[in-house]
Amino acid sequence: MSEAKIGAYICKGCGLGDRLDTSQLVTIAEREGKAAIAREHDFLCSEAGVQMIRDDIANEGVNRVVIAACSRRAKTDAFDFDGVCINRTNLREGVIWVRPDTDEDRETTQEMAADYVRMGCAEIKHMNPPTPNEKTDASSRILVVGGGISGMTAALEAARAGYPVTLVEKSGQLGGVAAELVKRVPERAPYADPEDTGVAALAAEIEANELIEVCLNSTLARTSGAPGCFSADIATESGTTRTENFGAIIQASGFKPYDASQLPELGYGKTPDVVDQMGLEALVRAAGDGPVKRPSDGKEVERVLFVQCAGQRSQKEGHLPYCSGHCCLTSIKQAMYFKDRNRDIDTEILYTDLRTPGAPGEDFYRSGQQKGITFVKGVVEDVASSGNGAKVKYKDIILDETIERDVDLVVLATGMVPNSGVDIEAVSAPNVEGAEDDAGDNGGDSVEIPVESILNLTYRQGKDIPQLKYGFTDSHFICFPYESRRTGIYATGPVRRPMDMMSAIEDATGAALKAIQAVENAKLGRAAHPRSGDLSFPSFRKEGCTQCKRCTVECPFGAIDEDEQRYPQFNESRCRRCGTCMGACPVRVISFENYSVDTVGQQIKNVDIPDEFDEKPRILVLACENDAYPALDMAAQSGQQYSQWARVIPVRCLGSVNTIWVTDALNSGYDGVVLMGCQKGENYQCHFVKGSEMAHYRMSKIDDTLSQLNLEKERVATYEVAITDIERAPGLINEMAETIDKIGMSPFKF
Amino acid sequence: MSDYNQQMIEQFRGNFLKEVESNVEEGEWVKMCMQCGVCSGSCPFGPHWAHPPQEIFMMIREGEREQVLTSDSMWMCTSCYNCIVRCPRGLPITHIMHGLATYAKRLGLAPKEQPTAKFAQLFWDNLTKTGRVNELKLGLALYFMNGFSEGIKTSLKMKDIGLGMWKTKRLNPMEMVGGHSCKDTKGLQAILAKAQEIEDAKIGRSGA
Repeated sequence: MSEAKIGAYICKGCGLGDRLDTSQLVTIAEREGKAAIAREHDFLCSEAGVQMIRDDIANEGVNRVVIAACSRRAKTDAFDFDGVCINRTNLREGVIWVRPDTDEDRETTQEMAADYVRMGCAEIKHMNPPTPNEKTDASSRILVVGGGISGMTAALEAARAGYPVTLVEKSGQLGGVAAELVKRVPERAPYADPEDTGVAALAAEIEANELIEVCLNSTLARTSGAPGCFSADIATESGTTRTENFGAIIQASGFKPYDASQLPELGYGKTPDVVDQMGLEALVRAAGDGPVKRPSDGKEVERVLFVQCAGQRSQKEGHLPYCSGHCCLTSIKQAMYFKDRNRDIDTEILYTDLRTPGAPGEDFYRSGQQKGITFVKGVVEDVASSGNGAKVKYKDIILDETIERDVDLVVLATGMVPNSGVDIEAVSAPNVEGAEDDAGDNGGDSVEIPVESILNLTYRQGKDIPQLKYGFTDSHFICFPYESRRTGIYATGPVRRPMDMMSAIEDATGAALKAIQAVENAKLGRAAHPRSGDLSFPSFRKEGCTQCKRCTVECPFGAIDEDEQRYPQFNESRCRRCGTCMGACPVRVISFENYSVDTVGQQIKNVDIPDEFDEKPRILVLACENDAYPALDMAAQSGQQYSQWARVIPVRCLGSVNTIWVTDALNSGYDGVVLMGCQKGENYQCHFVKGSEMAHYRMSKIDDTLSQLNLEKERVATYEVAITDIERAPGLINEMAETIDKIGMSPFKF
Repeated sequence: MSDYNQQMIEQFRGNFLKEVESNVEEGEWVKMCMQCGVCSGSCPFGPHWAHPPQEIFMMIREGEREQVLTSDSMWMCTSCYNCIVRCPRGLPITHIMHGLATYAKRLGLAPKEQPTAKFAQLFWDNLTKTGRVNELKLGLALYFMNGFSEGIKTSLKMKDIGLGMWKTKRLNPMEMVGGHSCKDTKGLQAILAKAQEIEDAKIGRSGA
């Protein structure tokens, strides 16, 4: 890389020219920012403006570009230059839009802008353009674990996109739970009758596809590596093992039905005439086209009662607290097995809330009603063997009466239990500076039953991908559903959340696309979600490292291992580039080419700190670029205002905040520090899952530093901010300004 | 209890839902109720019903024949049509209520002293006699519906209004004798008799 040459470009458009003295900003960029070239332009994002920058890059050798205009989130297409570092100094959303256009505010608004130009030039001086680390030998083959509906769909979708697939299935046949069904809830309009499961057709399509290799009776004995270079040992039942390389992994290990023998109160086990939904499928399958017979004595079933939410949506011990989502529709489908054979068979569905999600839901329910299935809102009080079928006592909630029914068959709609393997957090609570204190809420009391691992990962964090709640694998339900904390390994289907076949098919298609994306990113040496395309990756200064292992422990993605000499070994294609390691490092030896302790530290240092008697405090705001920073941008767009003393620096994740930044800021005379990260904990919104949690934990210890400096602890505040907090986020800054008003200026201004 | 009632009990053997589906106007809709309760919540008379519509539908499904048919609930319906407008499943609830009321009356199970039922009968008798509503006779019949002494009391209370209506030619005392009628009273009665015959045939019984 040749010598850094800074070009600073100040935009006068969007009212910037009217509100700010841009020529002063040019002078600051030249004199203080050491910009080789500093120019103003009336309309920087116009073709002429962009061309001006291009020309300077081409002719003048500018390789560090400071664009002092709008927010980094605006005009990204216009300001897209290859091979150079870019800083987007935010004068529009960050300055003029959050300050009133009055004469008395003119001075402080200009100071704000001037500081941001200083900060922009300071940051870019310490940035280097990242060099891609291409891996031409990366594998494109995708490993699908599980041959049920989700796994088969994922395999087919990946193969249709041209990627070779290896599908590993534990049992001797494809189809999973769906293969045991007689029919499925309809997928096509008019959604009136049960349809063929489609399992046979899917399996045939898989067998016919040359890109898909199926390994039945096989499991994974060992999985190691990273996106683009996973290595998996596929062990067959017969004892042979072979090793193969994969680019990405899709875990579609599915679910098993809840064990109904835990429900004696609903009669299961008391009489064979009480079955679960899978039990009924078996009965109907055995009946063929003929009448369904009850298990106890083979009498034809004339009255059947379905009990919804059996052992689920219940807080009782041993029950599932969640709704499995498919069971109401499944019961309607199963009642139709009877109604379609003979309309005179009494079919009653006992429910508390009939939930029929998905496109076919309401139509199928209506069709069930039309076929004469009786729906009763009620709760079972007792199920007993009557010697002639079962006697069910239930409370009709609408009529508030207890009703007794003699039926031939009772079907319990039990829930889904995910096959997610080992709960790694319950097995060995990681020693993460106590950050996992609330792990107890995740139901991780103690795991006594040995659980078989699905992936047998060699990661230091554990054998399987982490779980979030109730044993389902961790993934952000709304924002990034397939992502796990193991980059390149995507969970899909009911192992991720309870779902029906229709959702599983959709879900598996998405996971296949994520896997393909991971493969392609790995080939180019780029980050996967959420910094997809990022070429930078962390490196460390070996001579400074104390081998404290904080980076290896705190990395949410298991991207850092230890080498033989116990130094951290970065596994760059597992890395998501959040910088949590950088925030964790007590000796500050970890950095990215374009994001480091210096790039932020120098911004903090280059803010002009006026004398104590000027009564101009400074508030450092470190805002997560994913949620908090956009929230502040949107606040500006919607006309909100915040304190003129604030200096906002976007960070990749609050987890990347090294406490040195806070300490340095306080030492150099800042009056307050506000940190804004994403929501943490069980309902986290942190894009890096644990980053915000880590940051909050670290900041909870900042009080020691403050007391050492003899500063009030109110001077540092850490918040969880959502992207929707467009009124709250500026409010938090203003709150800090008020606090400083109350407790006075920092004594550390020199 | 009428023979017809006995006949129906035997015919449907406890399957009241099926009985309602075949004998009650719009009865085939009862199975489509999804128990959301919007009808009960929308009914202006809601709090005064022993069983709001949602509950009536559930009772039918649970086979509570006696309680439903002897209930005065469906007689409380004022035909405001709020429930029909709001029912997300599109059930013609008002019509089902009227259908149930009619069916209960046919079976001889309708509550005897229910004022709506009584008034409906008075209105019908009054109207079908001449083909025109005789308001004076209808009003007086209503006053005397619950006995002679109460009738006198109500009449005296309403006397000024009656006189006022007479003076402004809104009430003709001559209506007491005969009163106005449609052009062909006999023809009208023949139409009604035929309609009754068709209706009776439809539900499978002969004679009223």
